[in-house]
Amino acid sequence: MIPGGIVTSPSNEANREPAQSSTTRMSAERVTLTVNGQRHQLEVAPWTTLLDLLRETLALTGTKKGCDHGQCGACTVLVDGVRINSCLTLAVMRDGAEVTTIEGVADEGGLHPLQRAFIERDAFQCGYCTPGQICSALGLIRENRAKSADDLRELMSGNLCRCGAYPNILAALGDVMGIDTEAQAAAPKDAAP
Amino acid sequence: MNQFSYLRVRSVEDAVRGVHGHPSAAFIAGGTNLVDLMKEHVARPSQLVDITRLALREIEPTDSGGLRIGALVSNSQVAYDSMIEQRYPLLSRAILAGASAQLRNMATTGGNLLQRTRCYYFYDVGTPCNKREPGSGCSAIHGQNRIHAILGASEHCIATHPSDMCVALAALEATVLVTGPAGDRAIPLADFHRLPGSEPERDSNLQPGELVTAVELPATGFAQHYTYLKLRDRASYAFALVSVAAALALEDGKVRTARIALGGVAHKPWRDLEAEQLLIGQEPSRQAFQRSAELIVRDARGHAHNRFKIELARRAVVRALEQASAIGQPS
Repeated sequence: MIPGGIVTSPSNEANREPAQSSTTRMSAERVTLTVNGQRHQLEVAPWTTLLDLLRETLALTGTKKGCDHGQCGACTVLVDGVRINSCLTLAVMRDGAEVTTIEGVADEGGLHPLQRAFIERDAFQCGYCTPGQICSALGLIRENRAKSADDLRELMSGNLCRCGAYPNILAALGDVMGIDTEAQAAAPKDAAP
Repeated sequence: MNQFSYLRVRSVEDAVRGVHGHPSAAFIAGGTNLVDLMKEHVARPSQLVDITRLALREIEPTDSGGLRIGALVSNSQVAYDSMIEQRYPLLSRAILAGASAQLRNMATTGGNLLQRTRCYYFYDVGTPCNKREPGSGCSAIHGQNRIHAILGASEHCIATHPSDMCVALAALEATVLVTGPAGDRAIPLADFHRLPGSEPERDSNLQPGELVTAVELPATGFAQHYTYLKLRDRASYAFALVSVAAALALEDGKVRTARIALGGVAHKPWRDLEAEQLLIGQEPSRQAFQRSAELIVRDARGHAHNRFKIELARRAVVRALEQASAIGQPS
């Protein structure tokens, strides 16, 4: 684990910014984050996203940068138990929060049931979206709103998979949540309600 | 992203002070739109005022029998709140029709009101855009305009407001509560957002330094007869091409109150009071709904790629009203 230090330009994005003179330089902010159970005290430039902090400062590269605009879900992590897009989250705003990334999902007992289900169901090809898919599914289970395969599809729509492994991702979630995802697909529903 | 100073505030007064007198300062809460706009260099605030620690996270009853939703209540919390689900299911459905679960967990009620258009040119700093850079011109009018407005647009801007939540709030006749340097005021939702006119850079009628603190719902929630119909390019996680929030109160088989709000068609949630009035006292029927829909699109104007929206809006209104009144309901 890399200890927290002064972080002025943690990301490629920040590196592209023009250097500013010391008189106009914006100050780093002190932030405490507990990531996968480990407490970190960091100094963070305010424009650092949580995603860049995790990957560049804490070297937790399991969380992926896909679109960097909240459209693909590859950067999904849990903050205080709630799934969010870490690419659209400024780290400084999450001072005091508990963050769970894919690196914190397994425990000493081995892989999390979701991780095992992804392997058993072959729920990935390239694997790039998988950490986000699993963190998103963890959040979804906690939200306790999905009761059917259609619900799972809808509530996982924020996680794209360019390999198109959706049927197997759905099956893996269904296995863990006790939802039958392989029954005959329902006829298209008319719009709500 | 540009560099900026960061101010975390603990009171509404400090929040207003943090932005007032700083023309390029901005409030930040969920960040789902603002951080994205900053990455694209569309928004370049000199100071961000973090309001997430303010005590604006409650949903509570009002004296007039409605509900007050704090500005920092997340979109997920509103959609899944048991009082909202039971009394204002239209609002719940509209919110759940928008964005993704992750974004709804982050996005706040106040921020949803203030999200900016997803016009491609507004996001592309390499192109002229009157909303982003007043006076530079509108690239959409003669460019790609499939997702753009058919109602209430101007020669300066044909952008649409992207929110689903606001379409339901328009139909429900919600009120936006704000605090600013000049004190508190309540703004009816219909007057909160603006049509572009000659000042498309102004999305809303908020004054500089004003902070949204809550949204109030009136007592009537139309929980019996409502529909949020959203038509888009994919089944989930896409902005509306056309959406319709329809809410009816029926009495003795006739329409007592009708509310119809459209999303995806204008610079603000679109209501047509004449079209609603036309239904009062009528028995719900396809013919009556068609007359109402006809009125709504009577002044609609399409551009090269979005003319289909006029017919789509007409049919969506009829279908939404049929579903809301339970005539022609498939189940």
